[in-house]
Amino acid sequence: MQAQALAVGCGAGFSGDRVDAAAPVVATLVERGGPAALIFEMLAERTLASAQLARRADPALGYEPLLELELRPVLADCLRHGITIVGNFGAANPRGAARRVLRLASELGLPPPRVAVVAGDDLSHTEGRALLRSCLDGDFDDARFVCANAYLGAAEIAAAIRAGAQVVVTGRVADPSLTLGPAMAHFGWAADDWDRLAGATMAGHLLECGAQVTGGYFADPGVKDVPGLDDIGFPIAEIAADGSCIVGKAAGTGGLVDIRTVKEQLLYELHDPAAYLTPDVVADISSAEVRQLGPDRVSLSGVRGHARTPTLKANLFFDGGWLGEGEISYAGRNAEARARLAMDVMARRCGREMDLRFDLIGACSILGDDGGSLLRSTPVGALRDVRLRVAGRHAQVEQVDRLLRELTALWTGGPAGGGGVRVSKRQRLSMRSCLVPRAQVPASFSFFDEPEQPR
Amino acid sequence: MSDDAATPTLYDFAHARTGDKGNRVNISVIAYRAADYDELVLQVSAERVKAHFAHRRPTQVQRYLLPRLAAMNFVLDEVLDGGVNDSLNLDMHGKALSFHLLALPVDLPLPADASTMNEEKR
Repeated sequence: MQAQALAVGCGAGFSGDRVDAAAPVVATLVERGGPAALIFEMLAERTLASAQLARRADPALGYEPLLELELRPVLADCLRHGITIVGNFGAANPRGAARRVLRLASELGLPPPRVAVVAGDDLSHTEGRALLRSCLDGDFDDARFVCANAYLGAAEIAAAIRAGAQVVVTGRVADPSLTLGPAMAHFGWAADDWDRLAGATMAGHLLECGAQVTGGYFADPGVKDVPGLDDIGFPIAEIAADGSCIVGKAAGTGGLVDIRTVKEQLLYELHDPAAYLTPDVVADISSAEVRQLGPDRVSLSGVRGHARTPTLKANLFFDGGWLGEGEISYAGRNAEARARLAMDVMARRCGREMDLRFDLIGACSILGDDGGSLLRSTPVGALRDVRLRVAGRHAQVEQVDRLLRELTALWTGGPAGGGGVRVSKRQRLSMRSCLVPRAQVPASFSFFDEPEQPR
Repeated sequence: MSDDAATPTLYDFAHARTGDKGNRVNISVIAYRAADYDELVLQVSAERVKAHFAHRRPTQVQRYLLPRLAAMNFVLDEVLDGGVNDSLNLDMHGKALSFHLLALPVDLPLPADASTMNEEKR
C-alpha cells in the first residue's frame, strides 16, 4: 500500500464548463509532482438524456461535445507526467468518446494512450427495460420511453486504472466515484473499507462541481467577496491514506478556498448528512470537520462511512411533450400596468388550451410558483422596466406553436410600446428514478479496441 | 418577505446554497459566527421554513443539524413544480431559493461592526 497522498484535480464541473480551466490545474499537479489524477464531471441528470437523443440522430455522437476542447490543452502533459484522466464525458457513447481521445492523441503526435471504457450503466435495451418495469413504482409507458441509465460506482474505474489505463471514459457513474476510483486504485483500499471510501467520496463531492468549491457560486459583493472571480481556479484535493483530504486550487488563479466555500459545497445536493448514498458507500458527515490550514487550503476530516446499499439508482427519461416560452418588454410610464394587461390578454387567448405560467421580470419571477400565487399576491406597482414572460407546455407541438404566435402578436395587437419579443420551444424529457438490485446491473471495463472483459 | 434593511434577517447571520435532485431541493444555512448557531437553531425551525415557502407548497420540510459545521440543512419536498424537466419556472432548479430563505426575519441583534461576521474565514 502506498502512503503518499493522491492529488486529484478537477478539469470540468458540468457539460459546457470553461475549457481553459484544466490547464492551470494540470500545471499545478505537474509542479507538485507525485501521484495525481484529473477528473472531468460533465453529466448532469438531463445531459445524459440529451446525449442519448444525439446518438440516435447520429451513432458517432452522444458523447460530450466539448470533449476535444477540454482535453486538447492537457492531454500531452497528463500522459507525459502519469496523471490519470477520468471523465464521464462518454455520456451516451463512451466508446465514441474513447475513439475521439485516441484520435486527439494522434493529432497531437502522442503515442496512443491506453484508454479504458466503463460499460453497463445503459439500461435502455430490452432486458434493461424489463428490469426497470419491475422496479419502477407506477406505470412504465413504453411508447414515451426514451432511455435509462443506472449510476455505477468507482470499482470499474479503479480496476481499469490498476490494469494500466491512462484515460478512463465512463457514461453514468456517481459523480464522486470519478474521484474515488483513482483513490481506490492508488491506496489499494478494500471495497468495504467504508470510512476511507466515504472520506474520498466526499473529496470527490467537493471537486465534482469545479469552481463551486473555489469561490464560484459564492460571491456576494461586500458580504462574501471573492478575488479574481473572472479568473477563478479549479480545485485540487490532496487525498490522504486515511481518506481525509486537503482542498486547494490551481496556482496563479483567482478564486478562494475557505471554510465557507467548502461548507457550502460539502452540503450541496445533500439530504440527510448522515446518509449520503452513493453506489460505493453511505457517507456520513455528521461529525466531519472543516479547518482552514492556510490561504486557499482547507482540510476535511472525520467523514465516516457505512456499508453501501444493495441497490443502484437509475434515472429513466420519457417524452415530456413540448415547452414553449416567450417574452416581451415594456418600459416607461405605466409600464407595469401595460405588462399586466399583456398578461391578461395571453391568459384569455391561450389559458384554456394549456397551463400557462406568467412572470413579470422585475416585479416577481423566479421565486414564484407555476400556479402564480406569489405573483397574484405581489402588489401592483409602478415599475418602469418590466419584462413579461409566458411559458406553457403541451403534448402537441402545434399548441405550443400557437402560444408562441399569440405572444408574437402582442407586437401589433397588445398594449402600447411592447418590444423585444423572443420566443422559443423545445422538447422536454420527464425524469423518473427507481432503485435496481446491483446484481442485475453487471458493470465492466474494457480497453478500447479490445474485447470486453469482466472485472 | 422582509427585505427591509432595518429588520435583521437570516442573511445578516448566515450564508446558504441550494442544491436540487428531482422535485426536491436542499438549502444549506451556515452561520458566519459559531456563537450565533444555537440561537439560529432555535429560531429557524422546519415549521417556520415551511411557512416561509408556503407559496411553493412544500409537502414536507426536514431539517438536519450539523453543529460541528455551524450549519443546518433544510430539505424541501416538491417545491419545484415537478423538477428540472417539468417546471415552467425560468429557475427550474430552484437555485435562487437560498436567497429567499435568507430573507427570513430573525430576532438577533445586528453586530455593530458587520465585518466581524466573517471572523471564521481565517
